[in-house]
Amino acid sequence: MTDENERTIRCQEAMRLLAAYLDDELTRPEHLDVERHLAACRSCFSRAEFERRLKAQLSDLGRREPAPEFSARLRGLVRRFTRGSDTGPRLS
Amino acid sequence: MSGAMMEHATDRASWFEAEVGRLIPDLYGAALRLARNEADAQDLVADAVGNAWTHLDTLQERSSFRGWVFRILHNRFVSQRRSAHVQAAQEPYDEDAGAFSLFDRVHQPFLLWWGANPEGEFLDKLLREDLERAVDALPETFRVVVVLGDLQGFTYQEIADLLTIPVGTVRSRLARGRAQLQRALWDHAVDAGLRTSAPERRSGDD
Repeated sequence: MTDENERTIRCQEAMRLLAAYLDDELTRPEHLDVERHLAACRSCFSRAEFERRLKAQLSDLGRREPAPEFSARLRGLVRRFTRGSDTGPRLS
Repeated sequence: MSGAMMEHATDRASWFEAEVGRLIPDLYGAALRLARNEADAQDLVADAVGNAWTHLDTLQERSSFRGWVFRILHNRFVSQRRSAHVQAAQEPYDEDAGAFSLFDRVHQPFLLWWGANPEGEFLDKLLREDLERAVDALPETFRVVVVLGDLQGFTYQEIADLLTIPVGTVRSRLARGRAQLQRALWDHAVDAGLRTSAPERRSGDD
């Protein structure tokens, strides 16, 4: 599936490294190995794009604006802590 | 209190208020997936913020505030769960999901040459609530690392520091958690009639 020029890894090795590649957890040489493989292999590129999109959709779950009433109560609570009139974490 | 000390205290309070204000959506997003309901998530965030203020003197670098607060959030979550007598170990782990690949189920290679994109269409149809349900269904051990890694973007090392576990354990829990999450998404798609169950293909057929 891939040209054997430079240091080219095979599909199995590229897919073993894929999660860490998408998490940006590989060394620079490993990262380049996977990048070169994906540029040359349509099948692995499709898999990588799928995992990348799924990861992005999951990332969107990470930020959630709370209901305005809760945000207001929490900000009020923080102000009471920091101005010394409250020392506990009770919200209600 | 001297003028300099008051200025320091005011600066510290303003800084804390600003940082917490900036982090509320992240903390609440994580708390929702850990606690799995809004009321407990709100209590968890308030509890964590209160504890962060109380223990602010133990924060060594202001630049590490985000990880430090998330560590407190996780600790408070574990503590609240213990006080509610909920045992994480009792949650079932799907042993069959260890090597599950959603892509292998959805991908139809012969369509690639016709320009079709079944895996893209599958992701297009995924709703936010589908993903939330799949994350919430994970056993706590895996849910925590998925929340910190995939939802909050912490690095493997940051998660390891935050949970006081080895980096290798973070890597393996992430892999197993993601596989189980993908299995849950697939099962839901089959149950909802979006896909029909098909034999699994494996990667590395080169």
